[in-house]
Parts: sequence; C-alpha cells; structure tokens
Amino acid sequence: MWSLLQIELYKISKRPRTYIAFIAIAGIVLIIQAAFKADPGYLNILLQNVDDTFAVDKGNVINGYFMCYMILNTLLIQVPILVALVAGDAISGEANMGTLRLLLTKPISRQKIIGVKFLASIIYTVALLVFMALLALFLSMIIFGTNDLLVFRSKNGESEILQITQDDVMWRYLAAFVYAAIALTVIAALALLLSVFAENSIGPIVATVCIVIVCTIISNLNVPIIDRTIKPWLFTSYLVGWKGFFYIAYDAENVPIKGSMENWASIRNSLFILFAHIGVFFGAAVFFFKKKDILS
Amino acid sequence: MNLMLKVTNLSKKFKDTNAVTNLSFTVNQGDVYGFLGQNGAGKSTTLRMLLKLITPTNGTIEYFEKNIDHDKNEMLRQTGAIIERPDLYKYLSAYDNLRIFAKMSGIKASRTVIMQQLETAGLADRYQSKVKTFSQGMKQRLGIAIALIHEPKLVILDEPTNGLDPQGIADMRNMILRLSKEMGKTVIVSSHLLNEIEVVANRMIIIHKGKKVVEGNVKELLDPANTLLQIETTNDADALYKLEQSKWANFLENNGRYIRLRLNKNDIPSLASSLSNMDIGVLALQPRHSLEDYFLSLTNNDTHVEPFTN
Repeated sequence: MWSLLQIELYKISKRPRTYIAFIAIAGIVLIIQAAFKADPGYLNILLQNVDDTFAVDKGNVINGYFMCYMILNTLLIQVPILVALVAGDAISGEANMGTLRLLLTKPISRQKIIGVKFLASIIYTVALLVFMALLALFLSMIIFGTNDLLVFRSKNGESEILQITQDDVMWRYLAAFVYAAIALTVIAALALLLSVFAENSIGPIVATVCIVIVCTIISNLNVPIIDRTIKPWLFTSYLVGWKGFFYIAYDAENVPIKGSMENWASIRNSLFILFAHIGVFFGAAVFFFKKKDILS
Repeated sequence: MNLMLKVTNLSKKFKDTNAVTNLSFTVNQGDVYGFLGQNGAGKSTTLRMLLKLITPTNGTIEYFEKNIDHDKNEMLRQTGAIIERPDLYKYLSAYDNLRIFAKMSGIKASRTVIMQQLETAGLADRYQSKVKTFSQGMKQRLGIAIALIHEPKLVILDEPTNGLDPQGIADMRNMILRLSKEMGKTVIVSSHLLNEIEVVANRMIIIHKGKKVVEGNVKELLDPANTLLQIETTNDADALYKLEQSKWANFLENNGRYIRLRLNKNDIPSLASSLSNMDIGVLALQPRHSLEDYFLSLTNNDTHVEPFTN
C-alpha cells in the first residue's frame, strides 16, 4: 500500500497541473499581504459597518492573525476548485492517457488502486492547506507581527466583534486547518466519484465545480423550507464551519472565555455530516469502479 | 502440453450488442496462440475479459484449472499484457515508467535490472527521455519491456504491430518468436491480418462478430497441400479452355468469376511452366490458402461466403 501511495504521489508531483493550485494560492496571498502592507487604509472600508457601534483601535487590528483569518475567509471558498483539479483527474486522467488498462492488468485490487488515489488526493489537499498556512499565517505573522485577533461577524443582522487574545489563537488555527482539510476531502471524494465515470479529466473537474457552486447557492438561500429540509444535509452548508473555532464564548460579564467555543455541538454536527459525505462519495466511487468495464 | 488457459462459453453483451457470444477455446503452455478477426470482431473485448478489465456477461475463464474469478491476481501476477496501444505515462521518463510498473507488478527491480530491460528494448540511451518524445515503435518496445519486467509466464499482445513501420513489424514478429522459443513464454497475440498470425503462431482461432469460426493448429489450417491458386491472364476464356484440355483439368475449381486451381503449393512452379508452354499470357499467379480466402471474404464483407471447415 505504502509503495503504491509513493508511486501515486510521485506521479502527481510530476504533473504540471499539480502546481497550478500552489501558484494560485501564493499569488493571491502575496497580493493581499502586499496590498495591506502598502495601504492599510483598506481596513477602514472593512470597519465602516462597525465603527459606529464599537471603538476599535485600528492600529492593533491588522496583525498576522487577522490577515490569516481574512485570507482564509477569501480563499477557502475557491480552494475546492483547486482540489477538484487533482482529484477529478485521478481515474479519468488515467483513462484518458490509456494507462488505466495497463494499471488494472497489474495484480492489485481495484479497491486498493482507488483507495490509494483517494489517499493521494487527501495528501495533496493537506499539502495545499499547509502551504496556505505557511503563507497566510506564518508569513503574515512575520510581516504584520502578532496581537489579539479581532473577528468581525454579522449575527442576526447585527455586526459584532469577538476578541481572542493572542495566546488563545494558535490552537484555533490548527483546528480550523484540520476542519478545512476534512471539508475539502469531501470535495476530493466527490471529484473522485465523478472521475470514475469519465474518460477525460475536464468533465469531472467541471462537474465537481458546478455541483459545489449549485449547492453553495442553495446553502446561502434563505428560504425556510429549504433551511429545514435540504440545507442541513448539504455538505456546502458546512464548508465554512471552520469559522466556528473563532467564535469564542463570553461569560455573563461579557468577558471572552479563553479556550472556549460558542457552539462546539454545531461544529461536531458539521464534522459528522462531512464525514458522512466522504463515506458516501468514496463508497460509491469504490462500488462503481469495481464494476466498471475498462473500454478506454 | 499443459493446459494453461481454458475459456468456456464466454459472452459479453453491451446494452443491445453482443460483442462476444459463447466463445470457447484453450491455450496450452508454450503456445503462440493467434487471435484473428477483423476490426470489431470481439478480439479486444475477449482479451480484456481474460485480463479482468471487462466483466463477462457469461462464461468461465480458467487459468491452470482455477477459475480466475476466485483469484484474478494469481493470474495477473503471471501475465504481461499490452492491450491496443502501449499507452504509458507520457510525462515520465522511460526509466520511471518501467520502475513504476515493475513495482506495481509486485517486484523490486534494481536499477541494473531496469537498465538491462531498457537495453534489450533498445532504449538504454534514451532512458531519461520523457515518453512523449518517443516514436510509436519506441513506445511499443517500452510497452513490451513493461509487460515482461516481472517475468510473466503468459504474454498477451493485442494488435502489437498496429502503427508500426515495416521494420517495426519485423522486429515485433522476431520478438514474439524469441519470447516463445528462447524464453519459453506462452503468447496470445491478436491481429486482423492472417499473414501476421501465420508467421508467429502455432495455434489460432478466428472470430467473427464475436463468435468462433474456427480454432486449430496453424499448420493444419494453412495446409500447403490445400492451396487455392488464382490466375489472372490476358485472355481468361482462352486460358480456361486450354487448362481444361490439359493435365491440370482435375485441379480446376470453377466459381464462374476467376480461374482457380486447388493444388499443392509445391506444384505451382510446374504449373507456371505449363502455362508458358500453352502460350497463356499470365498476368498474375496468386496462391491462397482456403483459410485466407475465407478470412478475406469476411474482411471484405463479401456476401458470397463459403464456410471453411477444419
């Protein structure tokens, strides 16, 4: 298994498309960091909604932690597309090249082959997130320094600011990145499933992106019947659930409780739904791949 | 001869199309087994079923008397195959391709072994070149090296000469013969050209529209004593009259369209000299085995098909 995984990772590492995602992430993060470094005035636009309500010390708002939070907010919506680029190519790419039939004439079970491909997609996703963490968090910490993290959010139509002390931030980022990895694994599993049915890579990649877009739109609709019936079961409703780690709980005197989370039960529920999706998508991928006639 | 492969009543149906119907054949250890049929006859589908790339609708495949449904990996471990084109990882080097597929075949091939294989395939000086820069012939040779790296007992080659130049075709034929005679491999080779099978195979099967037409020993099927000779002359009516009056009259086979004689291949020089003595202007003498005739009639979609009987 390990030997097969090594081969799969080696193949992924040798394909130019693998690096598109890394280049895209590096480009976006560096542009945002450079823009904020050159013109911190952008923060005023961000704060205009809360300026009337809260007295914010703008000098302390922009720091490495804040930059990372903002970058993740922007990027984690787009990363699924980048994950689909590799996972959607896993089986269909081999079919397109004609190597799938050679691969399957080797004494390796189909379950093992697709399992290894899925594992390689997960490793790729984690590598992407680690790279993002290095740039968005650690590079931002170097460029902008560290301080308490202020999280802006809108709750029940009202703007609010949550304050997390800097000694309470790092574990939240670690948890957020792990959560994001699980959420993106759902995308990888979906892309892999679609990849089983296709003979070229474009189809499953585009189909994955379309499904994510459609489901995201549905997740963002505010229609009561959809809220009750469909949204709770859509994986896209939980893609940004990582933010929950930054929603700190407050005590009765309105003081933030260090190490706390406002709604752990909600995060736990989100994780359960995400794991269920991974199980269903990957299970279906294995089922159909085992039955697939290789005609390419 | 040990029975290596036994295929019984193999069928494959794709939606409404019967790609292969009740196909049965046997391959003995040491055979070069020719799989002959026109394009779309069901050759590749059958070979893919042997390799478990396609699930049969019906039938059984036994490898050394064990049903491969129970342990397909046992058979695949001892099989090397190229199905249709030798498609490889184009963005990787020849060395990497060979190394990867060796690992997948379950063997740890050292650098020396891999380089030896590349040397045999005539690719040692290009071992670092990406496969996308290779010619069709080079890809085919690398594909063969990959099929053989784990020293399989059975080698399956589906249309191995497709896309090759004449030199490549000759090299491929020699390689198949070497696989059989020097390396003791059992080879199943498919083609839509009878002469390719005739040169390399000792046993063969012809399939048409997914059904077996004939199976047997190549020498018996292509018996030189049963050669059909077609003659083209400057004046067919005159030539036919003269032949009917000659000692060759008993060999004549009149189908109303061509002048044909069924005779032993060794008698052709004598016939040629008789034709000259009879002042028949010969344009062409075309010897055909009855099997070839039959196969051509299938290939050309000729409606006038006289079934060949073994």
